[in-house]
Amino acid sequence: MNEQPNLSNTPVANTAAGAALAASAATLSRRKFRHLKDKVAGVSIAIGGLGVIAAVLLIFLYLVYEVMPLFRSALIQEVSEFRIDSPHSDEVLHLALEERLEVAMRLGANGEAIYFDTANGNVISRIPLAIPPGSSISSFALDTDISGIFAVGLSDGHVLIAQYDYDISFGENNARQVAPVIHYPFGEDTFELYNNEPVSKLSVRSSTSELMLAGTSSSGEISLLRARRETSLLSAFNAPSESAWETELTTLTGVLPPVDQLYLDVDRRWLFAIGTSGRLSMVDVRPAFFGGTVVIENEVALVESGRRITEVNFLLGGISLLVGDSAGTVAQWFLVRRDGEYAIEKVREFDAGGSVVAMSPEQRRKNFITANDQGYIGIYNTTAHREVVYRKLLDVAPKTLAMSARGDGVIFEHGDGEFSFWSVVNRHPEVSWEALWQEVWYENYQEPEYIWQSSAANNDFEPKYSLAPLAFGTLKAAFYAMLLAAPLAVCGAIFTGYFMAGKMRRNVKPLIELMEALPTVVLGFLAGLWLAPFLENNLLGVFSLLIVTPLSILLAAFAWTRLPEAIRFHVPDGWEAALLVPVIVIMGYVSFLIAGPIEMVFFGGDMRSYITNDLGITYDQRNAMVVGFAMGFAVIPTIFSIAEDAVFTVPKQLTYGSLALGATPWQTLRRVVLPTASPGIFSALMIGMGRAVGETMIVLMATGNTPIMDINIFEGMRTLAANIAVEVPESEVDSTHYRILFLAALVLFMFTFVVNTLAEIIRQRLRRKYSTI
Amino acid sequence: MSTFKKFFESGTPWIWINAGAVAISVIMTVGLLLLLAFNGLSHFWPKDIMFANYSQPVTEGEPLRREVVGERVDREHVSAERIISSGIPVSDSTPLYERELIKIGNRDLNGSDFTWLLTDYLSDISYPNNLTTFERREWGNFYGYVQEVKEAGSTVAQSDPADPNDTRAWEALEQRIERALSIHEQIEDLEKDEIGEVNYALERLRLQRRGLELRGTATPENLAEINAEEASWEANYEVLQSRLADLYAQIDRDTVVMTAMNDEVTEISVSEIVRAFQPNGMHIGNKLVVYGQKLWEFLSDDPREANTEGGIFPAIFGTVTMVLLMSIFVTPFGVVAAVYLREYARQGFITRTIRIAVNNLAGVPSIVYGVFGLGFFIYFLGSEVDQAFYPEALPAPTFGTPGMLWASLTLALLTVPVVIVSTEEGLARIPRSLREGSLALGATKFETLWRVVLPMASPAMMTGLILAVARAAGEVAPLMLVGVVKLAPALPVNANYPYFHLDQKFMHLGFHIYDVGFQSPNVEAARPLVFATALLLVVVIALLNQLAVSIRNRLREKYKQLDM
Repeated sequence: MNEQPNLSNTPVANTAAGAALAASAATLSRRKFRHLKDKVAGVSIAIGGLGVIAAVLLIFLYLVYEVMPLFRSALIQEVSEFRIDSPHSDEVLHLALEERLEVAMRLGANGEAIYFDTANGNVISRIPLAIPPGSSISSFALDTDISGIFAVGLSDGHVLIAQYDYDISFGENNARQVAPVIHYPFGEDTFELYNNEPVSKLSVRSSTSELMLAGTSSSGEISLLRARRETSLLSAFNAPSESAWETELTTLTGVLPPVDQLYLDVDRRWLFAIGTSGRLSMVDVRPAFFGGTVVIENEVALVESGRRITEVNFLLGGISLLVGDSAGTVAQWFLVRRDGEYAIEKVREFDAGGSVVAMSPEQRRKNFITANDQGYIGIYNTTAHREVVYRKLLDVAPKTLAMSARGDGVIFEHGDGEFSFWSVVNRHPEVSWEALWQEVWYENYQEPEYIWQSSAANNDFEPKYSLAPLAFGTLKAAFYAMLLAAPLAVCGAIFTGYFMAGKMRRNVKPLIELMEALPTVVLGFLAGLWLAPFLENNLLGVFSLLIVTPLSILLAAFAWTRLPEAIRFHVPDGWEAALLVPVIVIMGYVSFLIAGPIEMVFFGGDMRSYITNDLGITYDQRNAMVVGFAMGFAVIPTIFSIAEDAVFTVPKQLTYGSLALGATPWQTLRRVVLPTASPGIFSALMIGMGRAVGETMIVLMATGNTPIMDINIFEGMRTLAANIAVEVPESEVDSTHYRILFLAALVLFMFTFVVNTLAEIIRQRLRRKYSTI
Repeated sequence: MSTFKKFFESGTPWIWINAGAVAISVIMTVGLLLLLAFNGLSHFWPKDIMFANYSQPVTEGEPLRREVVGERVDREHVSAERIISSGIPVSDSTPLYERELIKIGNRDLNGSDFTWLLTDYLSDISYPNNLTTFERREWGNFYGYVQEVKEAGSTVAQSDPADPNDTRAWEALEQRIERALSIHEQIEDLEKDEIGEVNYALERLRLQRRGLELRGTATPENLAEINAEEASWEANYEVLQSRLADLYAQIDRDTVVMTAMNDEVTEISVSEIVRAFQPNGMHIGNKLVVYGQKLWEFLSDDPREANTEGGIFPAIFGTVTMVLLMSIFVTPFGVVAAVYLREYARQGFITRTIRIAVNNLAGVPSIVYGVFGLGFFIYFLGSEVDQAFYPEALPAPTFGTPGMLWASLTLALLTVPVVIVSTEEGLARIPRSLREGSLALGATKFETLWRVVLPMASPAMMTGLILAVARAAGEVAPLMLVGVVKLAPALPVNANYPYFHLDQKFMHLGFHIYDVGFQSPNVEAARPLVFATALLLVVVIALLNQLAVSIRNRLREKYKQLDM
């Protein structure tokens, strides 16, 4: 022991007597110093140790911290309350908030747009619409809040199209200045819908080159007007507002029953006409302009009898129709195409608490806000079917409300010219248990489905955050990996731990454990670039390998028992595995050899095309089978090494006792060793499973990473881990997408942690049990 | 029949099945290593270049006749049906056809490096001695005959491509390649080191000025000083630029006229050539020399052509630096935590729980650590650090972006359980009697720990560290989020102050495999290189593991004796 000389350097001063006698001042202070050092070291080690453990805990806490905001409800706070004098008693047609929430616009029935400061209600400007003298506004329709384009129907049967907008400039010190303006994108001239008869209901849809209006007159005549930019060479050079418009006017009276409200869809193809009884009739208007006949495609009752429709709005994207009724239900409807027929179907319902008096969609997300007759405000997300907030904000029912573009502010008008302005913090409305784990009926889909599609090019995209296909993919990959790994690793462990000769075991175990250290990126690379094409070309060979190998092993075993003892006794027990190596190599080679002719005879020479063409099964080159092989390979050593430990540490006296009582080695294994070691083997399988679930690189490289839900072995999948690796670098920090990826990480963390902990507890219990034997 | 029945009842077949499972596992492991070794090592061998005529039937008219020059890479059997569907009218009386993958190179002339040819239609295969391989800086390999060497446009030497023994032009070319290579090296030094230094200094001065402005301490004297320094660097830059222009003029002096297959004649600048050899005429010794050169290039050189050619030195360097930095973080913390758990904490339910928890953290998917590193280290800590210390560089992030420091911290967190578990195991194996002896002699607990326990546990710590390093070197998933890039402009350690750039992104062997193998546009050409990289990674990690195992075994032997 070479450490002893070191110890002797320190003065021996441990006994009380010795201390009292020999304690000079120097030794005393030295001893104090030593004790101080000991204390300091003890404390700092404790701090350091606990610190490291805390740091590790931090991972869990941080993941939770990042995920928590997803499930928080929205916050609403009042910012200001004010009165604007001038509205007189005129009715409000529309209210809108500017994007930065500084300015709001109110359009009154007198045809005046009032722009005012949201902080205090100071009027910034009043701009009258260019309504021809002698006529007044009889109806109003908004295209979208995003464009700011709206139409007003006039008492003389004409329609004026205008657009509210803000000229934004940056003055000194980059101070942002907002100058409200009203544009007339389709010219200040009006479009004639009726001859001197007021337009009583109106709907408008426009693009840069086309405008469509649908309206009813006070006598109930339904008209449809389409205006297109004239396609003359000259007009291409003119500014939009100056170019001439080519108009076509048709009537739909007779086709539709008497209607109360009209809504054109965003593609200007469908007209939804709602009758007084709440019945919706849907027509395809395109034939009206091509000389065809317009027929009602679908009719449906939007509300139960006894209820009244109070508010109808299009959700962002113009696909879904939100219908609020007098009982407080808001239903989302959209077009579903089945067998070539379109039908409008109710997708989901929200409860607004009381008769819906005002409603507005958000302009960036699939949210909408409602106000009911008791002054309760609710904000909802349609995709997630989630009520983000529901609170009583006002004492009276508001006349109207407006939500800002980003959904971070809302303004109400109530009473006589009273306004109240609220700020909203609503970051992650798209997430709910239903959206993450259940089937969701997305817009443009025929039925509820599990879909992961986190981003798209267009702004009005409905994000699809279903973790179900990812979780499914994860389990699918783990399942196929375990299918290969579990039998090989467990059987191998049993043989190695119980039967194998000691000398061979000392070589085999490190070799298989070396596999564990193989970087998974190497396995993934081999799987993707070598194994996947190999499997594709030798599909039958691999299948025949799966059958031939076990058979040849059995055959070899039988042959071995038939051999003369002289040869058999040359090889001691426990070397069977070594004998089998050449057998398996040769039979493996043979099975690939025979695969060619078999493929020729039964599958037309090409099994892969047989599978796709004759069986109709999709075959991806990088599929679950490739993952199964590669990840199985990665998991084998994990399972093997733990299971082997469990088998090997079964106390020898148990097995010897069994053998001494006349049991064969196999009987001993089955009745004594396996029952004793089974908890260990089970925990080995669990740990292996945990590893397969969390593996990233192999699945990233060996599958096509398409998030589909299909158990088919010839198709790929996308796992939680691979999904994180692919999408996290691109996701915006603190966005819903980002936090959902953190949620996926948390799910992985929890899953593997729980599985591993269970396995570890089982193992420790087993170890304690052995130590008593 | 009864023997068969008896055979099954004896249980023997099940034993053999179990034995078979071991055998299969062993075959798979060894097979995988052999596969890697074969594909990885054969890449550097200078392969012979085939010359052949190829006439493949077409649907109408005379068969297309052409020459093929290239390396034979691979062969496989394809069903007649598939060949016919690809537009080649072969007879379907033969069910299977053999086809060969030929690397024809000359991407600038042919559009792609590889072509599949049906073996049956290859004829007149020969290997003329004067067929030459050029490895080029761009456009991949070139195969052809050296016809003429020119210096500044005038012919210096000429050969007859048809005569395999005419080596005049080849000999002239060899010297000129050496010259061009040495000039190229000078250019590279100039561009990377000296001009790089100037750029770095200019950037530093810009940040200094911005920093002064931000702090409001920008006095005219300060600014004048910075401007003067800037001017001197810029003057320096002018000088370097003119030297560079001079070298570029020199390197472009020589050209070589080559005849490729089908008598296509093309002129290549000698500066484009990295290496030239005539493999068909080389004997084994020469080939071994080229093999060695190529292997050395692979290990020591920068990558070329979007990482699909050349070396992987930056990736090796990045991996090693990152792992070393990680070791610096992980060792003290891991050891302290283990010492606390084993020596200081009261052993009981809580300690046991913590131990299980730490143990299980090793099983948490590595991507989770990557997500944590990205969110916590980079977006949270990093941006705080930037606000506090690097405001002048904002909005360009310094530490608020993936980099070396965060990558090694993330991996340290990932591997700390390995070190803790291994060290604890080592501490547990030290016999009680030793500790008690030390305490009995009057040593304090800390002295016992420092002088007796830790030295004895040091091999266990080493084992833990080596295992941690082996794991860290092979991890890719978390690194993709916290710091690796496909191509780093500079090494993380270089000659520019402050020499060690913790904020820089780096290249990594594992990520290199993923990136080149799966993201590169020319996967077929890159594949051998990826095999070689994978082999290197596996060898390094296997050696580290073996080292850990042997240290552990020696340790066990040692304590066995102490226990006596």
